[in-house]
Amino acid sequence: MAENTPDTPIEHGSSRVKRGMAEMLKGGVIMDVVTADQAKIAEDAGAVAVMALERVPADIRAQGGVSRMSDPDMIDGIIEAVSIPVMAKARIGHFVEAQVLQSLGVDYIDESEVLTPADYSNHIDKWAFTVPFVCGATNLGEALRRITEGAAMIRSKGEAGTGDVSNATTHMRELRSAISKLTSMAEDELYVAAKELQAPYDLVKEVAKTGKLPVVLFTAGGIATPADAAMMMQLGAEGVFVGSGVFKSGNPAQRAKAIVEATTFHDDPDTIARVSRGLGEAMVGINVDEPARSIQFAQRGW
Amino acid sequence: MQGDVREHLSALEECGASTIRVRRVDELDRCDGLVLPGGESTTIDKLTRTFGLRDPLRARIADGLPVYGSCAGMILLADRILDGPRDQQTLGGLDITVRRNAFGRQVDSFEADLTVTGIAGAPMRAVFIRAPWVEQAGPEVEVLASVETRGSEHPVVVRQGGLLATSFHPEVTGDHRVHALFVDMVRAAVS
Repeated sequence: MAENTPDTPIEHGSSRVKRGMAEMLKGGVIMDVVTADQAKIAEDAGAVAVMALERVPADIRAQGGVSRMSDPDMIDGIIEAVSIPVMAKARIGHFVEAQVLQSLGVDYIDESEVLTPADYSNHIDKWAFTVPFVCGATNLGEALRRITEGAAMIRSKGEAGTGDVSNATTHMRELRSAISKLTSMAEDELYVAAKELQAPYDLVKEVAKTGKLPVVLFTAGGIATPADAAMMMQLGAEGVFVGSGVFKSGNPAQRAKAIVEATTFHDDPDTIARVSRGLGEAMVGINVDEPARSIQFAQRGW
Repeated sequence: MQGDVREHLSALEECGASTIRVRRVDELDRCDGLVLPGGESTTIDKLTRTFGLRDPLRARIADGLPVYGSCAGMILLADRILDGPRDQQTLGGLDITVRRNAFGRQVDSFEADLTVTGIAGAPMRAVFIRAPWVEQAGPEVEVLASVETRGSEHPVVVRQGGLLATSFHPEVTGDHRVHALFVDMVRAAVS
């Protein structure tokens, strides 16, 4: 760790350092992994980071029960196995799980609706941490509330573990259209907009002025094919989380590589067509309307 | 290919350069200078190989193309690399050995004031994110700034001819003096 010297005052965990980390992931794919071997496959495929978790969302869905932070030994094993950044999930509101993950040295914490929430009123106070956080959002108000609490990166929620991209599409379109609506508003309309978004006025004003979130926006939830990833990029995502889509498919290594390549060349149909060939079975998937309402992950968080 | 391309493009444009994104050989052919952005060096390495950009890039660098690399870009410009996966390759050109993630993990990432030789004015606020440092530099390499850690000095800004590299990310701070220096290097090379 860098030490303080008189002419170089050093600051860890500043907003620039936290948000900047997400800037470096842009244009890339972050993959869910449950073992060190899967993490290696993801790194070899060109993932910009891995998300270490105990069970992928499709299995959380299938097996039910309370879903929590992963075993520290398993996270250590993954940190040891790869040189790319390692993220891990904490339950919504479970600030002690987040403290543990920070102490393990994970590079980003996902305060995730995929796990069972630990607090149905409050999210984690993310300003209290040196490690940066990514949070899910289904709309602009939710994204701005998470940023107010200290999130340094936002991902659209989608519906994790389904292989059905429709909710990711809805959430990304919703976010983009709400942002573009703000940019066309007169300044005196922004006060009411802030009230309706249930978000701080200053943040609303900043988005209206810049036409973008003040943090990086990725997409997540239901992405299973190279074309899914490319579509989300064309809809304005700055990068992609792939959960169950890789390791619940027939040929994870090749599919992972293809999704990375389609994300880079998301505006080039010839490349997407080429990398989409011969990938074998995609994850079978379930329709987002099928899961009982109680396990629609995107409803968690507020 | 991947990384904070947009931040570099806007910093370069504020310094008076006109810019394009480079993902293909024909785009590379149109450039008088190139920035390798911050990002994940293993990902950028793989994509440049898969999409046939590696050899043309190496040829242009050997041919004297001015290149500036920040963070991952520094790694890609280094001739030798420590702490990368076994199959990681670099483009090379800079006679340095670079150590990946040298300062530690994200919780060890930091910002600090840094004085860079050849850049006038107040020290710049330098943002280091899972940053590399230069472990060893050849005789042709000028060290323009170093950071002291645990009692030893590690170069974080180096230049060798038309190649410039920083461990940190001037593109995220709004202080564009490093980009201005690079734009001057490109102008000098073109004229």
